[in-house]
Amino acid sequence: MNFVRRFSRTERSLHWVNATGFLLLLATGLILYLPRLSVLVGRRPLIKDIHFWGGVGWISALVLVALLGDRRGLLRTAREIETFQPSRFNVGQKVNAVLNAAFSVLFLASGLLLFFGERDTRFRFASTVVLHDGLMYAALGLLVGHLYLAVIHPATRHSLRGMTRGTVREDWARRHYPRWAPPAD
Amino acid sequence: MGVEPAPKRYGRGLFLATVAGGLSSLAWARPVMSRVSAALGPVESLVPFVPQGWRIYTVSGSMPKFDRATWRLEVGGLVDRKLSLSYDDLRSLPRAHQVSDFHCVTGWTVKNVHWTGVRLHDVFAEAKPQFAAHGLQFVSAEVPYVDYLTLDQAHLPDVMLAYEMDGKPLPREHGAPLRLVIPEMYGYKGVKWLQQVNLVPQAEPGYWEQLGYDRDAWVGRSNGYGS
Repeated sequence: MNFVRRFSRTERSLHWVNATGFLLLLATGLILYLPRLSVLVGRRPLIKDIHFWGGVGWISALVLVALLGDRRGLLRTAREIETFQPSRFNVGQKVNAVLNAAFSVLFLASGLLLFFGERDTRFRFASTVVLHDGLMYAALGLLVGHLYLAVIHPATRHSLRGMTRGTVREDWARRHYPRWAPPAD
Repeated sequence: MGVEPAPKRYGRGLFLATVAGGLSSLAWARPVMSRVSAALGPVESLVPFVPQGWRIYTVSGSMPKFDRATWRLEVGGLVDRKLSLSYDDLRSLPRAHQVSDFHCVTGWTVKNVHWTGVRLHDVFAEAKPQFAAHGLQFVSAEVPYVDYLTLDQAHLPDVMLAYEMDGKPLPREHGAPLRLVIPEMYGYKGVKWLQQVNLVPQAEPGYWEQLGYDRDAWVGRSNGYGS
């Protein structure tokens, strides 16, 4: 069986750093947000610290991976995603990537406003918490769809291998991405 | 064959539009949300996984536990007679009932909360307050949470020490067995897990006020809102 290279080491690192950070923030965020979980877990000050510093760490780690990794390759990938024409990625994947990037910026901005708003009225807005919560629901929706296609749906779940080992079957790539000319592995 | 036009960068547009839309929502998200939830009405409670307004904020590692046998409300400070009320003593005082909205300074609101409890003048009737007192101190069992009201604020007609919420004994996460309710002010004034009420010479900064929140936490006209 022939395999072709789908994701570079930098791309995979970026993906998994992003996934780890997101899940940590989702878990701690839900404990802070859902009354039943708040009561069950308690320790709110600790969870709050983990959530805040987890968020700072998440964004810093993403920036670090991008800076220390294959910057040129990432830039090429970003330009490819921008076009919304099927290539190495289909249009759904491109929209998902763009929305997730935008959500990260908004999560960071609203999260910082919540943090500094607790300390200074100039940063306090009644809608910040609505934005932060709304983003969570939107991002969770994208994540559910993403996980279904990457882990469960039989026709597409082979793609997970691309994100773990970096390579996928050549015949699978041809079938799913006819406009992509993959480099052989 | 003509030159193929460069592919349009829809991705950049979507990214910028999403970020701009999200940031602009800082100006409209809350009013829109309150309209939506007003339009949904009772249907809203059928939506799974969306908390019905309340969020549970605490400042220490664990929530105080209520033991009916040993629990006491200490009433003291500038009074002629200090009191130590048991839970049953408290419940034998004249019952008051009210329906009021609860506003949190972080932006969420719970409408039409049913509170049952006692009025402060009924609690202090037997204690005989002294003239030097101009403030009230509310001490929580959740150390170090404490807050204060001026006597004028404490005299507002719908200020209450509540032991029931929405027809049931106050749940642990809402401050069982007793919390302060003052609907005109943001929720951080409403000390939960109340264990001491003291008359003091004057109101002082409470827990959140020492961290920069307003002492007079009027809903809609304090803490940077509506100024």
